[in-house]
Amino acid sequence: MTEAAAKFDEMHKPDGSIRPAYGEYCNWHEEQQSDFLRRKHFEAEGSFRRTGITFNVYGEDEAEERLIPFDMVPRIIDAGEWRRLTRGIEQRVRALNAFMYDLYHRQEIIRAGRVPERLFRNNDAWLPNMVGFTPPGGVYTHIVGIDLVRTGPDEWYVLEDNARTPSGVSYMLENRETMMSMFPELFTRVGVEPVSDYPRRLAKSLAACAPSVTQGKPVVAVLTPGIFNSAYFEHAFLADQMGAELVEGTDLRVIDGRVGMRTTRGFKPVDVIYRRVDDDYLDPLTFNADSVLGIPGIMDVYRAGGVTIANAPGTGVCDDKAIYSFMPEIVEFYTGEKPLLPNVQTWRCSEADSLAYVLDHLADLVVKEVHGSGGYGMLIGPTSSRRELADFRKKLEANPTNYIAQPTLALSTCPIFTKKGLAPRHVDLRPFVLVSPDNIDITAGGLTRVAMKKGSLVVNSSQGGGTKDTWVLKD
Amino acid sequence: MLGRTANGLFWMFRYLERAENTARLLDAGLRMALTRDLVSSEEEWRSVIQTAGQRRAYEAKHGTYTGVQTWNFILRDKDNHSSVMQMFDQVRTNARLSRNAISSELWEAINESWMQIKDMLARPVTQSTVGQVVAMVRRGGTLVHGAMAGSMLRSEGYHFARAGTFLERGESTARILDIKYYLLLPSFSYVGSTHDTGQWDTVLRSVSGDRGYRFLNAGQIDARGIVEFLLLDNRFPRSLAFCHSALRDNLRALAKIHGAEGLSNELMRDADTRLADMTVDEVFEMGLHRFLTDFMSSNAAIGSAIAEDYRFTA
Repeated sequence: MTEAAAKFDEMHKPDGSIRPAYGEYCNWHEEQQSDFLRRKHFEAEGSFRRTGITFNVYGEDEAEERLIPFDMVPRIIDAGEWRRLTRGIEQRVRALNAFMYDLYHRQEIIRAGRVPERLFRNNDAWLPNMVGFTPPGGVYTHIVGIDLVRTGPDEWYVLEDNARTPSGVSYMLENRETMMSMFPELFTRVGVEPVSDYPRRLAKSLAACAPSVTQGKPVVAVLTPGIFNSAYFEHAFLADQMGAELVEGTDLRVIDGRVGMRTTRGFKPVDVIYRRVDDDYLDPLTFNADSVLGIPGIMDVYRAGGVTIANAPGTGVCDDKAIYSFMPEIVEFYTGEKPLLPNVQTWRCSEADSLAYVLDHLADLVVKEVHGSGGYGMLIGPTSSRRELADFRKKLEANPTNYIAQPTLALSTCPIFTKKGLAPRHVDLRPFVLVSPDNIDITAGGLTRVAMKKGSLVVNSSQGGGTKDTWVLKD
Repeated sequence: MLGRTANGLFWMFRYLERAENTARLLDAGLRMALTRDLVSSEEEWRSVIQTAGQRRAYEAKHGTYTGVQTWNFILRDKDNHSSVMQMFDQVRTNARLSRNAISSELWEAINESWMQIKDMLARPVTQSTVGQVVAMVRRGGTLVHGAMAGSMLRSEGYHFARAGTFLERGESTARILDIKYYLLLPSFSYVGSTHDTGQWDTVLRSVSGDRGYRFLNAGQIDARGIVEFLLLDNRFPRSLAFCHSALRDNLRALAKIHGAEGLSNELMRDADTRLADMTVDEVFEMGLHRFLTDFMSSNAAIGSAIAEDYRFTA
């Protein structure tokens, strides 16, 4: 889809007037000197650098730390709209969790013929040794990020489910901090739902999933792959904000049926591990004998109820884009309701008819790897050269089951600040959802990612996308 | 606290101290070289490199000693693993590793100093900027220590950081004295003939002790006085005695927090007893070199014992 195609401008109506949600913000914006805004624009970057809010880019010099561009025009969602969204998100997350439980137990959904067995049998994220085991509190997906895109006033779609280890929440928090310190008066004029208690709610939600062996207040630790990981800043930030320890694999060891962390006083049992490492790096005894990042024996402790691992091993199945394509059936199967949030139309290239269609319409579609993430390895038909299309066609024909295709959506736009004033750019939204045994908690807001380049639809930070503060207005 | 975090704090401050001490050394060398002719200034730069413990690495790369080459090597050479830049990288890396255990003021002081130093050292350092760079490194150290003093909890993390500082500082003073004394030995007797007081002035400057020494000794420069000052004077914050007593306090605090003494406390007590009864005459009797060597190895043993007692590594 090209620039000319109809796209939804979240700030302006087609006649150029301002939509109600942005009304007071735009009044404020009008009153500001452009010099002042320009200065603030640069101040923001300096402040991110000073506080070290950076990420490392894979494949670049390890010492290279980059800033994710921050845009200071907020993305605003009104209270009613947010309420509708949260109902849809909650329904979807409930279904995801029920689906995980079912997949690792009786597999009713497969018996009922609603999803094919091969879907997860061929999935690397499927873990046979989770079969028959129920994690503490029955929770699989403790932290979920649901990626949403918008195409019209009431048209929101789920683009992706991130049930393994969704990242970006530190940007949601820091973006708000930055906005509040740069424009304090703005927050007295516009009533915005706070996001700052996310870490406290995360700590509470994780503690509520502690295993029964826990004595006293649950000990929570954040498990990071280490300082060269692209999201290390976020791992440290969340641990800090929760008052939890930030541990690496080498800090943990299995002792007396528990997982202990090596403190200056000796090994101290950990009750809940919020892991930001992939399944493969959890336990070299179970997954990957070559791994130096794992904790030998941790899966045995887990299965014996000695520790909670969040998210549960094996939840990566849900991130698979072939599974995604069945989400409408999955939601209906477990909740008995029609999905409140629709999927984007998806062609499974594993099916002959779909493949034929996709090959015929390659130049109009977005094609993604089923296991891919971060915008790597995907094709955006409309912006690709003839040669790129031809190369991709070969890959697709060689291994069709590895791909799904979707239409190029006319993603909504929200203005960003540029030297020449406000200019529309495409955005998406990742709200963050916390799941505990008796509660689903959605922080009012989330991470808005924005394609900084004019016309671009790619919002991934690894591909030059930026972020915005996301405001949910108070009622 | 995690053992790994304690390790990070300890080394963060060892590297910071090392970076700062190297800058002091360079500062003293700069001043010396300014007052010399070309030949003896070459000698002076060799001595700076040697005192910094970088002679082998330097000579693998350069055949001659000039000021520009020396300070660029010491400050920013990528082949020099002990360059000030690489030490500051280590400071920051360890700070990132221990991010949860340090205050945000401390983190920002480290991060900002690192950004400034990295920026200045992105290009070769010239005669006209070298002084500025050295000052910035020292100011970075001051800023970091100040941020820590004003914002860190006095819990175990603080004491690990301070233990790293004083262990490194004592070792640095001892090393400078050992090397300089060796170089100068033939040229003067310990009773105080002042063949080359300029060299001794440099020693004092290298540890920022020139003004303090003159103040306490009414300007009289002699080997005996200086050795006593650097080794045994508890008023001078870079003397062996001072560093030792500060280190002892930190280790005592750690033992108290952990409710038990370890090998590090035991070794510290032994070292204390040795140093407490020492007079400068006994030092010379024993031989300064031997005294310093003993001190450095006892210091190293205490360092290993701290790592062992508090489970720095798996």
